[in-house]
Amino acid sequence: MNASTSVPIIELRGITKHFRRKPTLAERILMATGRGKAPPVLRAVDGVDLSVARGEVLGLVGESGCGKSTLARIVTGILRPTQGEVVYEQRPVAGLRGKERLDFLLKVQMIFQDPYASLDPRMKVSRIVGEALSVHKLLPKAEIDGAVDQALSEVGLDLAYRERYPHQFSGGQRQRIGIARALAVKPDFLVCDEPVSALDVSIQAQVINLFMDVRARHGLTYLFVSHDLGLVRHISDRVAIMYLGRIVEIGAAASIFAEPAHPYSAALIAAIPSAKRRKRAFEPLKGELPSPLAPPPGCPFHPRCPQAMSVCREIRPALAEISPGRSAACHLHTAPEAA
Amino acid sequence: MSPEAKAFAVPAGADTPLRDKVLRRIRSRPTTRGAAVLLGIMVALAVLAPFITPQNPHDLAALSVMDNRLAPGEAGMNGMTYWLGTDSQGRDMLSAILYGLRTSLMVGLTATAGALFIGISAGLLAAQFGGGVDAVIMRVVDFMLGFPSILIALVLLASIGRGVDKVILAIILVQWAQYARLMRASALVERRKEYIEAALNFGLPTRHIMLAHLLPNSVGSVLVVASISIASAITLEATLSFLGVGVPVTQPSLGLLIANGFEFLLSGEYWIAVFPGIALVLLIVSLNLVGDRLRRSFNVRS
Repeated sequence: MNASTSVPIIELRGITKHFRRKPTLAERILMATGRGKAPPVLRAVDGVDLSVARGEVLGLVGESGCGKSTLARIVTGILRPTQGEVVYEQRPVAGLRGKERLDFLLKVQMIFQDPYASLDPRMKVSRIVGEALSVHKLLPKAEIDGAVDQALSEVGLDLAYRERYPHQFSGGQRQRIGIARALAVKPDFLVCDEPVSALDVSIQAQVINLFMDVRARHGLTYLFVSHDLGLVRHISDRVAIMYLGRIVEIGAAASIFAEPAHPYSAALIAAIPSAKRRKRAFEPLKGELPSPLAPPPGCPFHPRCPQAMSVCREIRPALAEISPGRSAACHLHTAPEAA
Repeated sequence: MSPEAKAFAVPAGADTPLRDKVLRRIRSRPTTRGAAVLLGIMVALAVLAPFITPQNPHDLAALSVMDNRLAPGEAGMNGMTYWLGTDSQGRDMLSAILYGLRTSLMVGLTATAGALFIGISAGLLAAQFGGGVDAVIMRVVDFMLGFPSILIALVLLASIGRGVDKVILAIILVQWAQYARLMRASALVERRKEYIEAALNFGLPTRHIMLAHLLPNSVGSVLVVASISIASAITLEATLSFLGVGVPVTQPSLGLLIANGFEFLLSGEYWIAVFPGIALVLLIVSLNLVGDRLRRSFNVRS
């Protein structure tokens, strides 16, 4: 499915993440007596296959609640998938232990959405950035200060700030601290979970440019999660579009934006504000994201799809290649006899 | 400096240390300020008691039974004036009260520290590990909180006997559960924040996450509540001593002094019970005022 040349740095195979509420005491009693039923399962991520090639920027797009952030946390190892496996440099992550697992955790770093909640408020910047280095003894004590300074200057923070606390910084500066923290452990893959959506628009551009500079300098690979299509189009090589826990379309950024194959992608792209199309009316997507507790039967997008056919209500379309390097999960693109 | 740094105005006082903030809040209200000053004086008197009291009330040789039950202001056989009167053994009430204050404060502070240590550890473990650990710890907490504290303390002391150490033990047993519950609640809130996820992402050991991240970030509210609970620990000690199961007669606390004077109340010798009573009330009220102000300024629900 991936036509890009090099070997994947990260591969997701059939990743599924279910969350289940713990039954309350009353429900447990009911279940034990054979009445009542188990609480419903929330399928946050439902069978995702994805591979990210070394050096590329893969944009992951979708509405709030579609499972983007959960997927990001599975990739970084913060959450364990319910089913499926994460493969890092040809090795399944679930089998890694001790030093090897730590290696994976450090090489795949995450940049968080909320620059306020993602820094420990009671630690000084120097401690935040140098923590992993000192706790894991990755560097001798004497060299940690130097490494912290280097990480801070890389993200454009004045070294005079190193003994300050997070609350003394602005959102943009805090996000820089978060990036410095990740860079300090020399990662080669950054998972960015909406890293600029909590920032002022004026600062977003600065931070995005920082991401791109850092990438050029270290040859990093990015999985860039966002709901901002304009941004994703600007920075991504490839784009994956997620809907209700599944990838509905994936392909080169330019081709998806030029000619979306899935009606959902088309609706999202049509909603991007643009100076050229200022006067043109567009058809907004109707309704809301269905509850992942009770996804609709068939294609999960059919209740909102302007092109829904009868087959869409019954059979869930699989992600299939529609042209080289381009896949979509939609009955419009499968052979008519399948319908 | 970048424009974003200029645009972001650091709120005044944002970088003042916690200690300064607390002090400022205490000073900001006359009542609290008065209570804090009073509390400071009482603690100083208690600490300095051996050096400033006119008499050592524990030294039987210094007492003269001839001086028993003198009214406040009367002079004794040795020419010494007893400003708060004497008790039935000729003991100077002022000295006895200062020594009693010392015992009460010592018991209250030690017991609160012990209860805090156990409660914070238990709450932290429950929040971090969840599941079975959480269930066991929290059911014990529910069980402890289900009984009136005085009952637990009475039963314990009735079975292990009296003594300062045993009173402290009883108060710890009564109070740790409330700290455990509060600590668990605030650690659960902190645990959901992204900085904990970041720590997981760095593969930091669980012990490190608990002690370096969770503990410092969730302990604040527990400490504030503890400042109020010192008062209730002292009250509990006084109650137990009054009931005769608390501190030994040789080391009377305020509660025991009140109990000793109780039998003379109706015969008109009010000072033996009333003055220790006033001292106890002042101590408790000032502790509560200061603690309550702290609680309100940190907006903690107890």
